[in-house]
Amino acid sequence: MDPLRRSPSPCSSSSRPPSPRTPPPCEAQGYVGIEAVLDQVKIKAMKMGFEFNIMVVGQSGLGKSTMVNTLFRSKMWRSSLPSLGVPTLQTLQLQSMTHVIEEKGVRLKLTVTDTPGFGDQINNDKCWDPILGYIKEQYERYLQEEILITRQRHIPDTRVHCCIYFVPPTGHCLRPLDIEFLQRLCRMVNVVPVIARADSLTIEEREAFRLRIQKDLRTHCIEVYPQKCFDEDINDRLLNSKIRERIPFAVVGADREHLVNGRCVLGRKTKWGVIEVENMAHCEFPLLRDLLIRSHLQDLKDITHNVHYENYRVCRLNESHVLPRGPGWVNLTPAPSSSSSTPKPSKVRLRTHRSQDRKQK
Amino acid sequence: MAVAVGRQSNEELRNLSLSGHVGFDSLPDQLVNKSTSQGFCFNILCVGETGIGKSTLMDTLFNTKFESDPATHNEPGVRLKARSYELQESNVRLKLTIVDTVGFGDQINKDDSYKPIVEYIDAQFEAYLQEELKIKRSLFNYHDTRIHACLYFIAPTGHSLKSLDLVTMKKLDSKVNIIPIIAKADTIAKNELHKFKSKIMSELVSNGVQIYQFPTDEETVAEINATMSVHLPFAVVGSTEEVKIGNKMAKARQYPWGVVQVENENHCDFVKLREMLIRVNMEDLREQTHTRHYELYRRCKLEEMGFKDTDPDSKPFSLQETYEAKRNEFLGELQKKEEEMRQMFVMRVKEKEAELKEAEKELHEKFDLLKRTHQEEKKKVEDKKKELEEEVNNFQKKKAAAQLLQSQAQQSGAQQTKKDKDKKNASFT
Repeated sequence: MDPLRRSPSPCSSSSRPPSPRTPPPCEAQGYVGIEAVLDQVKIKAMKMGFEFNIMVVGQSGLGKSTMVNTLFRSKMWRSSLPSLGVPTLQTLQLQSMTHVIEEKGVRLKLTVTDTPGFGDQINNDKCWDPILGYIKEQYERYLQEEILITRQRHIPDTRVHCCIYFVPPTGHCLRPLDIEFLQRLCRMVNVVPVIARADSLTIEEREAFRLRIQKDLRTHCIEVYPQKCFDEDINDRLLNSKIRERIPFAVVGADREHLVNGRCVLGRKTKWGVIEVENMAHCEFPLLRDLLIRSHLQDLKDITHNVHYENYRVCRLNESHVLPRGPGWVNLTPAPSSSSSTPKPSKVRLRTHRSQDRKQK
Repeated sequence: MAVAVGRQSNEELRNLSLSGHVGFDSLPDQLVNKSTSQGFCFNILCVGETGIGKSTLMDTLFNTKFESDPATHNEPGVRLKARSYELQESNVRLKLTIVDTVGFGDQINKDDSYKPIVEYIDAQFEAYLQEELKIKRSLFNYHDTRIHACLYFIAPTGHSLKSLDLVTMKKLDSKVNIIPIIAKADTIAKNELHKFKSKIMSELVSNGVQIYQFPTDEETVAEINATMSVHLPFAVVGSTEEVKIGNKMAKARQYPWGVVQVENENHCDFVKLREMLIRVNMEDLREQTHTRHYELYRRCKLEEMGFKDTDPDSKPFSLQETYEAKRNEFLGELQKKEEEMRQMFVMRVKEKEAELKEAEKELHEKFDLLKRTHQEEKKKVEDKKKELEEEVNNFQKKKAAAQLLQSQAQQSGAQQTKKDKDKKNASFT
């Protein structure tokens, strides 16, 4: 990961650790020119280009491909209409496509991973495994690159930064499949749930549905992006709580333009009107787009790198060790060859002995 | 679990054209905002003799009075003193660390002068490497102490580089970005300065010292960097005192023969140094430190520890396998040491036991000896006692005999007197 991109401190459970105490700041008595470093950072970043990997998950027919096309205003995917006679896929097959898009000098290498066949079978047990496996594989790939002796200057980042989960607009509440999937995935990747095809719900139904989904998420302790525990300061918290109130966004995707009142807008044309995608009164697509692209893209990448990837790394490096690990073992000692922290295991054993004694008593 | 993923290979990356405004052109700004909230770190190492003007130059560069006492010339060796400051300019917070070499060039024997410097730089790399190798790490909170730039202060002799300078720079050039500067440049005349600079540069090149090259691969900075590189090494003058020039106060040094203005490009290259160090290349210096010097250190260190990327059968080793192997080795060694210690302990115990037994035996012997002596004495005493008793008995017998005699004598005497008396009495009658 490029160290130039400083990012907020990570933490997998609670609040961020306090910043180290530094000597009181001295004010420079004249102009030094330190702030020119911001421009330097910008130039370097633009030269290197940016990367963003997004994954869309949901049942077929919820408009995933269309949504991706709408988000990035280009024909990323040709949305596939299932033709008659084609058997449904037996196993979940992930498809990835990478494109380079450029806007005002900023080059973005965008990778979209689609998951056709998710939740389409009759027995959907463990249908999340291929997805989790894919995400873990990307982390593994990055880890392998990172621990090489001779590393590349810039490790290619294929880790999934954001996973958009499409909730079908039933209007009731989250289905068991949704809950299972979200529970597992939230621990590994940033998940943004959206209500797909929201044009089939009225505004009141949408609000009710949203509240029920939020309640479900709270009941099952599912932390979707933006996670509350990563709010850095009061500004972040304010901004993010506004977003959290509206999660999941009710979105409509469209890639065709129509004429409305003399303007050309993206939308879906139906007999009873044109549903404008960019119109906040009609759907919340602008909110989703702003969150994903215009304001929180860097944050998504940072949290993936600082939190999810680090968690994966901790698990991965721990499981290759043979020493018995007590609960809550954390190796804070450095150096691979002297990682046996002998006092800790014995402490743990003592604790278990005592607890055993208590149990026996 | 095999996940079938249909992927495009890298060469077929399509450039898509966008049909509308997506909005990711705000990405650089998002990035900059994150960096600003986190703050920046910059660490400068100043290498130069005592009194050459290091602290003054730092004060002048950053327009701040960093409190410091001038060092003495009596230091027994070179030591490094690091001080951290937090500067703030508009919304940019900079954690600046200035590392000073105290006592550099003061010793009579300067063979080892470069060693503390190299050790310090390596120690910072090591600290970062340790943090990176930890299992549970936090690289984002980590206060980066690696040296980003080394300002090497060259004494303004006017001739050439000293051999100490060459040796030190050669040792440092693979570990840190070296920017050579000529200190106290107001002591050199302009024509001498030009000759001095070219002599220095040619000496550096002929000795293979790699100083920091200002990057020329980006159009925005290539031009300015190229023009500035020509003026290396920068001849600088530092001053924190202000002198009234015209109607403004400017930093300058006042001499009887004139005033040397620090920020006047005709007088010295201070402005160029400030441009290059801070305003144009600060980020590049940090990046070079991380991607080149640190990676080199890391590679050497890991190879030294025995890690490899591929083994002779060209199967990639994973770091964990090597960790495992190393750790088993280490455990084996631990066990061996334990065994050794145990055996030594047993031996010591045996020795002690033998000693104790010896001592015990000695004690017993002493005891026996004493006992015997005691018995002999006792016997002697008994004998004497017996003799004494015999003597007493004899004495008693003699006494008894004597008494008998005496009593007999007395009796006979008494009889005699009685007879006498009787005779007398008879004669009277």
